[in-house]
Amino acid sequence: MRYESPDTLEAAAKLLASESGEARILAGGTDLLVQIRSEVLSPALVVDIKKVAETRTIKEEAGGFRIGAAVTGAELKEHSALKKVWPGLVEAANLIGSTQVQGRASLGGNLCNGSPAADSVPAMIAAGAVASIVGPNGRRDLKVEDIMLAPRKLALQKGEIIASFLLPKRAPHSGDAYLRFIPRTEMDIAVVGCGVSLTLDGSGTCAAARVSLGAVAARPLLVEDAAKALIGSKIDDAALEKMAAAARAACKPIDDKRGTIEFRTDVAGVLAKRTALIALERARKG
Amino acid sequence: MKHHVTTTINGDETEFLCDTEQTLLDCLRDELELTGTKEGCGSGDCGACSVLLDGRLVCSCLVLGVEVGGKKIDTIEGMATGDKLHPLQRKFLEHAALQCGICTPGVLVAAKSLLEKNPNPTETEVRYWLAGNLCRCTGYDKIIRAVMDAAAEMRGA
Ligand SMILES: Cc1cc2nc3c(=O)[nH]c(=O)nc-3n(C[C@H](O)[C@H](O)[C@H](O)COP(=O)(O)OP(=O)(O)OC[C@H]3O[C@@H](n4cnc5c(N)ncnc54)[C@H](O)[C@@H]3O)c2cc1C
Ligand code: FES
Ligand code: FES
Repeated sequence: MRYESPDTLEAAAKLLASESGEARILAGGTDLLVQIRSEVLSPALVVDIKKVAETRTIKEEAGGFRIGAAVTGAELKEHSALKKVWPGLVEAANLIGSTQVQGRASLGGNLCNGSPAADSVPAMIAAGAVASIVGPNGRRDLKVEDIMLAPRKLALQKGEIIASFLLPKRAPHSGDAYLRFIPRTEMDIAVVGCGVSLTLDGSGTCAAARVSLGAVAARPLLVEDAAKALIGSKIDDAALEKMAAAARAACKPIDDKRGTIEFRTDVAGVLAKRTALIALERARKG
Repeated sequence: MKHHVTTTINGDETEFLCDTEQTLLDCLRDELELTGTKEGCGSGDCGACSVLLDGRLVCSCLVLGVEVGGKKIDTIEGMATGDKLHPLQRKFLEHAALQCGICTPGVLVAAKSLLEKNPNPTETEVRYWLAGNLCRCTGYDKIIRAVMDAAAEMRGA
């Protein structure tokens, strides 16, 4: 296994693209190094992207935030401006593992590891995050909901690297939230995860909403029908019930020891309601 | 090919040679004979391998040795000052917060990093911060009490 740590994305993309064997990007390593150790993966080349400044910085841009793909959960938590505007996204990222894992785990790694249960992904999708991707042929943007296609399968081409994520400018009276259901109280994989982001108008009517579910299908879902149930409503009980029904209808979960299909589907509705209520409370305050 | 890595460990500039596959934990234990840092699982679950990397608490089993060039690492070996134990170490002995001791270096490193950020944590904060440090022996209560007591002493309470 070779290790490279270039300081530009262009150089990193070139190294990845020209490797004939298996090549992997290294961010925090909390998925990759576990997989290498357990021999699930044995890449010929590992390209560490953390020397590239863009991947490691959070900055305000176009009224929103640009978050480097390799910024850690611990760093997100310490960024008070980001936490104020996107508390749900930061909380989702902070659910990943222990304090030690937080010291390394990144949003880019969480998404690109390609697990349908990745905690930060529904929160990023709800937030409308757009990934900026650099590859051998230059840079392009892709919405986060379009990146993961199936377990371990991404819409990225050989040599492409997610450099950063742009979170859009926030309208007044907006709020987001992320909740997951796990059988234990800590350190577990989501049976269902739900991210909600919404904006109220001056009269308290829902003007915009995005709802995303994780762990209930082969990929994290943007559930447009669930958002439609909220938009135009005062987010009263009737709207929440309609949203929960839409969330349940979108589920195509697996059946396993951690949750049956019926259970995961039912919980998706319950969790969507609870998450929306937290986002609503935040939007009213914001 | 061996990598030549220069890093600062517990304040001292240190050099070592390693293979790409070797984790920071492997390098500390096998190349530098700093065996205070323990391996429990090798997969990020147990926290026995906890160290600080540029001041940040991490699992050294999930860091490659080649990644730490030019960085600052703090391990359990840097915790006592000569023969003088750190208050956390003393309180662990007083409260019998260890039995087999495998988890202890990791718990101590993690607890020290908490108290540096938050000298006055609640019991809940201590429990959450240390949730990634597994202990098969003590049942945790004695560990938590020792950390709370050390924090109080360090605050001068
Ligand atoms: C003890 C433990 C507990 C965990 N708990 C959780 C949990 O509760 N919830 C959860 O969601 N996850 C959890 N994880 C999984 C993991 O920590 C997260 O998925 C984390 O966000 C991965 O980020 P990373 O930076 O460490 O990724 P890495 O391991 O560096 O990379 C992961 C994958 O993504 C690729 N990659 C990384 N960055 C990029 C990029 N910028 N562009 C393209 N590809 C990239 C890598 O090549 C690799 O295949 C846990 C892991 C451990 C060890
Ligand atoms: S040995 Fe590193 S977490 Fe267990
Ligand atoms: S004292 Fe034995 S594992 Fe903690």
